[in-house]
Amino acid sequence: MTQQQAPATLDYRSPTTPTPLSQKVLGWLNVVGTFAALLLVFGFFSVMAPQSFPTAQNIETLARQTTTVAIGAMGMTLIIVAGGIDLSVGSIVALVVVVIAMVLQAGAGPWIAAVAGILTGAACGLLNGLLITSLRVVPFIVTLGMLEALRGLATHLAHEQPIYSKPQGLQKIIAALGPAERWKIFPAGVWIMLVIVALTAVLLRYTRFGRHVVAVGSNEQTARLCGIPVTRVKVLVYTLGGLITGIAGLMQYSRLTIGDPTIAQGMELDIIAAVVIGGGSLSGGEGSALGSLIGAAIMATISAGGSHLGWANSTQRIITGAIIIVAVALDQLRHRTAAAAQGD
Amino acid sequence: MTPPRLEMLGVKKRFGATAALGGVDFSVPAGSVHALVGENGAGKSTLMKVLAGAHPADEGAMRLDGEPYAPRDPMDARRAGVAMIYQELSLCPHLSVEENILLGMEPTVAAGFLRRAEIRRRAREALARLGHAEIPPALMTGKLSNAKQQLVEIARAVAIGCRVLVLDEPTSSLSQADAQALFELVDQLKAEGHAIVYISHFLEEVRRVSDHFTVLRDGKSVGSGVTAEASTDQIVQMMVGREVNDLYPRSKRTPGEIVLELSSLSGKKKPRDATLALRRGEVLGIAGLMGAGRTELLRAVFGLDPVRSGEVRLLAFHGNAAPSQRWQQGAGMLSEDRKREGLALGLSIADNLTLSRLNGLGPPGFIIPRRQRAAAQTWVERIGVRCRSPRQAVGTLSGGNQQKVAIARLLHHDVDVLLLDEPTRGIDVASKAQIYRLIDELAARGKAVLMVSSYLPELLGTCDRVAVMSRGVLGQAKPVEQIDAHQIMLEATGS
Repeated sequence: MTQQQAPATLDYRSPTTPTPLSQKVLGWLNVVGTFAALLLVFGFFSVMAPQSFPTAQNIETLARQTTTVAIGAMGMTLIIVAGGIDLSVGSIVALVVVVIAMVLQAGAGPWIAAVAGILTGAACGLLNGLLITSLRVVPFIVTLGMLEALRGLATHLAHEQPIYSKPQGLQKIIAALGPAERWKIFPAGVWIMLVIVALTAVLLRYTRFGRHVVAVGSNEQTARLCGIPVTRVKVLVYTLGGLITGIAGLMQYSRLTIGDPTIAQGMELDIIAAVVIGGGSLSGGEGSALGSLIGAAIMATISAGGSHLGWANSTQRIITGAIIIVAVALDQLRHRTAAAAQGD
Repeated sequence: MTPPRLEMLGVKKRFGATAALGGVDFSVPAGSVHALVGENGAGKSTLMKVLAGAHPADEGAMRLDGEPYAPRDPMDARRAGVAMIYQELSLCPHLSVEENILLGMEPTVAAGFLRRAEIRRRAREALARLGHAEIPPALMTGKLSNAKQQLVEIARAVAIGCRVLVLDEPTSSLSQADAQALFELVDQLKAEGHAIVYISHFLEEVRRVSDHFTVLRDGKSVGSGVTAEASTDQIVQMMVGREVNDLYPRSKRTPGEIVLELSSLSGKKKPRDATLALRRGEVLGIAGLMGAGRTELLRAVFGLDPVRSGEVRLLAFHGNAAPSQRWQQGAGMLSEDRKREGLALGLSIADNLTLSRLNGLGPPGFIIPRRQRAAAQTWVERIGVRCRSPRQAVGTLSGGNQQKVAIARLLHHDVDVLLLDEPTRGIDVASKAQIYRLIDELAARGKAVLMVSSYLPELLGTCDRVAVMSRGVLGQAKPVEQIDAHQIMLEATGS
């Protein structure tokens, strides 16, 4: 088959005019806007606590605290862009943490434990994907069920109590850097997070699979018409999401070094909030890795800044809640403006 | 002299820098039907919104029975007696028929409790006035057919005691028989003294139902008159602002080998035992009524619907295949439902156009957005899609331009066999003409086109052979010279 032979005699009535600038701006406005919000929040706390907040040390702490949620948000970004949702990520993190602790307890090395944890996450995601596509039950319900079931499994495996085992170096992934290691700028976990963000961004924007994910989320019927294997894309998305959640679980273990089956309760909501603040749409087709990262950073900044100022946890939660709603309202406004600018 | 029921004088509306309406004048007396015609993007939908109170007019005046009419919101318009029947049904499928009919105007007793008996009575009365007392008021609306749902919408308008009824492309989702019934209903409502504004692309319909017409172009009313006194050519000329000749071009086509062969193909319910052979360089049309199984036939061939028995041979491939395989084998399908299935409206032109074939736009597995846009840009220019850039979301284009993007997907994929389901549904005359030319050129270049259409003139104009489908059964394809519209209708209705 030859490529792109076009009928030559069709008229060229309306060549496009090169005015995509406004559209480029609108496209970027989301990420830029979210980033501006992060700067605003950061600036606010810097003014309120000029001695302790805007320091290199604190920024490193912030980056470390963002890691788990930000990595989890990458998996969630893929799932939400594909038009799905995963409520079971908190439970997956708990299961991963328990599995890592158990494998270490059994005498295996840190690498084996880490890989076992990540694969556990992937397996959970695979199960989510298979259940959603084969039973044809909406993702919300399937993953709500999995939230319960996986939490139960984690508790059962841990015999209803935390597992203490030697972390064998896994604690170093996300630990604060000692003075001799300052040249690394951030601990390995933060770098891993940045790499995952970059990979997710590239996957979504620059790969065939990524565009298929967007297409499935934007309009599943069109995707099917165009020959996209919708079921396979969905299963893969949930598996990949689970795998990335497994990495988030590894970070969680590194931070606490305990196989605590009650950990990460409600983390799925923080992760979903990060994606939504970053421009993800729960009706699918929209969302970006960078936006979700910034969303996670905003939430971490508020919680860290709040503790610097001695705010009560209740105050922090009220503010975070308000920010979620305002972020989505602004996003809606942006959409309407964009639609109006393009006419009907 | 009594003032007209509805009058619009110099109505203007701007959105940012674009003037959507640049001065619209027309008036409709009580007991008459006024047709509004114009290409897509001519401003009909904006005019509707102004009339319905969804957008305030910037300039100009509207009058109802001589009184100033300036609705603040859609509810205000309904209270004033202006009712809209939109192209896309605006009913709540999960509510009952009676709840939909009185939605937003439910009679209540103290504390907001519904007066169920009153609701039922008024719903029945409205349905009875339309001559459709057989629709059960307690039925879940989503279970009704499209035609019945539309009746529920009209009943809703009647129930509020509307003075002006606006129908926007009301036949777009109706079968021929249902459309006939609708025309009769419009006649009846007119006789009862309603003023009716009828918006349509189909000039035959306009002729059938309207007394007067106004043509909109680029947001302005450019002509009007008594429908019976204007020729179709005159109206079309006003619509496009220039002469349309040679709507259906026919280059020399030389039929080649058979590229698509169906042997006794049966789907779940439809089609039943369909047999057909399509050759290179040929345009084969499938005529029939809505629900005859034409779309199901295409979908079964393309692997979107299950095949129960029979065989498909596509080029060198035998047997059934999923849509992804069909694309690889060299077939592409254009969906009849552009908005829900054909295109992902939120995605860009470039994404939509290249979706079925993202290979070759970067290293294996990767896509370079710049190349993707360049590929899209080529097609945008070649088939004349009016847009600002390939980045633009497809949903922001007019219907005709959306359809061109959907067709361009098949061209980008460079398929040999094109399955086109209603390729010109709901698009303007100028875009139609371009699509007819495109189909002709594709056939002349040796592509094979299997085309389903409910619009007989276009089937007769573009196809080499036409087969008629009726109740799931596909008839013998006959050369277009040996068949006429009358015969097709007879076969389609099974008489």
